Amino acid sequence: MSEFWRIIFFVVQQTMYFAIPLLVVALGGMFSERSGVVNIALEGIMVFGAFTGILFINTFQGVMEGQLLLILAILVACISGGLISLLHAYASVNMKADQVISGTAINMLTPALAIYAARMIQDVQQIAFNNTFRIDSVPVLGSIPYIGDMFFKKTYITTYLGFAILIVAALVLYKTRFGLRLRSCGEHPHAADSVGINVYKMRYAGVFISGVLAGLGGLVFVIPTSTNFNATVAGYGFLALAVLIFGQWKPGRILFAAFFFGLMKTIASTYSGIPFLAGLGIPNTLYKMIPFIATLVVLAFTSKKSQAPKASGVPYDKSAAR
Amino acid sequence: MSEGKQGRKLRLNYDFVPSLVAIVVGLAFGLIILLISNPAQAGGGFWTILTGAFRDLRSFGRVLYFATPIILTGLSVGFAFKTGLFNIGASGQFIVGAYAAVIVGITCPWLGSAHWIVALLAAFIAGGLWALIPGLLKAFANVHEVIASIMMNYIGMYLVNYLVLQTAYDSLRNQSMPVAASAIIPKMGLDTLFPRSHANGGFFIAVLAVIITYIILNKTTFGYELRAVGFNRHASKYAGINEKHGIVLSMVIAGALAGLGGGLLYLAGTGKYIKVVDILAAEGFTGIPVALLGLSNPIGILFAGLFIGYITVGGDIMQLYDFAPEIIDIIVAVIIYFSAFALIFKGFIQRRRNKLGGGKIQ
Repeated sequence: MSEFWRIIFFVVQQTMYFAIPLLVVALGGMFSERSGVVNIALEGIMVFGAFTGILFINTFQGVMEGQLLLILAILVACISGGLISLLHAYASVNMKADQVISGTAINMLTPALAIYAARMIQDVQQIAFNNTFRIDSVPVLGSIPYIGDMFFKKTYITTYLGFAILIVAALVLYKTRFGLRLRSCGEHPHAADSVGINVYKMRYAGVFISGVLAGLGGLVFVIPTSTNFNATVAGYGFLALAVLIFGQWKPGRILFAAFFFGLMKTIASTYSGIPFLAGLGIPNTLYKMIPFIATLVVLAFTSKKSQAPKASGVPYDKSAAR
Repeated sequence: MSEGKQGRKLRLNYDFVPSLVAIVVGLAFGLIILLISNPAQAGGGFWTILTGAFRDLRSFGRVLYFATPIILTGLSVGFAFKTGLFNIGASGQFIVGAYAAVIVGITCPWLGSAHWIVALLAAFIAGGLWALIPGLLKAFANVHEVIASIMMNYIGMYLVNYLVLQTAYDSLRNQSMPVAASAIIPKMGLDTLFPRSHANGGFFIAVLAVIITYIILNKTTFGYELRAVGFNRHASKYAGINEKHGIVLSMVIAGALAGLGGGLLYLAGTGKYIKVVDILAAEGFTGIPVALLGLSNPIGILFAGLFIGYITVGGDIMQLYDFAPEIIDIIVAVIIYFSAFALIFKGFIQRRRNKLGGGKIQ
């Protein structure tokens, strides 16, 4: 019994570490695509947010530690992610540029910037940090049997922040005027424009939110899974894009997709320690591939009547007749 | 007649303006970063980026070596662009091709002097097959090729890691085993011309690929149909072109070119092995700026590949000035960003020309 539950607790805790950044970043991507801008720069923005956040921790960990330092680093990551995403917004909205090219540019730019800056500042490209952020057990909640072990032990405030963002994102998207306007810009920008909605502004807002959340997601990904930052988020931005599609651009399904993908990642990295899975003899490569294959399969069956925002990826030109 | 020729010449000149603007802006941005990080050395460092590759024959040979794979991935991306497709999957096609070349290179030494040619063919075919999947998904299930290709990049990377582990693993170095000597591409004289530079006959194969791609695109009915699909999918369908076949074939050819690029790099006999790490092949993504700068024109792509190879070598040498070579990646990223604006520049030039009355030939 205890061995079994120990594995369950371990898998749930690990899945949280992998799933929360996916959830946060995919929700960010949702805002961008729902406003009509495809954002494949999520990967690059995550790298940038992680870079500035970890650099901040590296610089200030002598003077402060724990949750205060983490919260400030989160703010840094969010702001820097938001700012770098404006590059993408400018290219996509003002310049009506190809959004995939602009996204690719940012994906190439930020890792290079991070390595360059790290090497110029401290000679090596890895930026080390002390992890003083883990909460061994949340007061009161952590002592609940089973539930406490799964969700309130060996955790981070970012886990709860992730769930809070999910709820806020769903409310904003479906229950506010802003959300309605944002969605209309992604579905039919000309109709939105005709009723006085500023399509350019809404698209800037969508991209900026995606930048803030992707920046946050980058930091949230690096902290529990590493002790240094090496200018990469290991393809998590692209995986978040897959989560977004697998989740059909809807918050509830994105939650499900993020945890499904997170579980696959967890199994891939821990299955040798789990007797039942180790016995199956499936190579861990397969677990790593499953999220991507699953996304392709879903796309193959849903794209004919896709749920994707209709105007996503199409530059909006006020003056062009349609 | 002569007026038409004049117009064509004019258009050719104008077309390269956005690329040149993007390059100048990218280099200027690089200079600014150098100035911020170390003003005293910035001048020397920047000059080295611009001229370093010309300082000796070995350096220039390395330009050819670096340019070879990215000319192929550039052709891959550019070829797909011509049909209106964005092949962001060159990275996966590249590594799948590399694996096919390496496994043939290890297991089939009995092929004798044809060994390296067969290994390259395997790379070509494997890359094409890898791109067949997003091609079919695009043509028959309406799946956007960018998303499908991104997924295929990761599936390809993990699959190749797995296959290397199973079939060709050097556990001491965590990489693929060396290929047989007969699988290594002949130097074709480049080793005596550019001693110790890694330059090899792969560069000539890249040039050959450029020429063949140019002929296919510009001198055959098939190429014309592919480009027609790219210009207007619906109009070409109306004109009797099977646009679904066009999409699938275009992706397959693009993938085959990227796969060949993987073969050319890993059969170069320069100590390159497939590392078993979860990192996408960078050469595939470098194909995007190469194609953009070359305006998807095979000849342009040849020069764009040489240009990126050229500043890469310059950046390598620049490390003497205590700068990190990643400055080159930063410059290239800025170049891509501004290439994304190319349509605007083009539109601007177009409008100007129309105003000036030179646009009648359109």
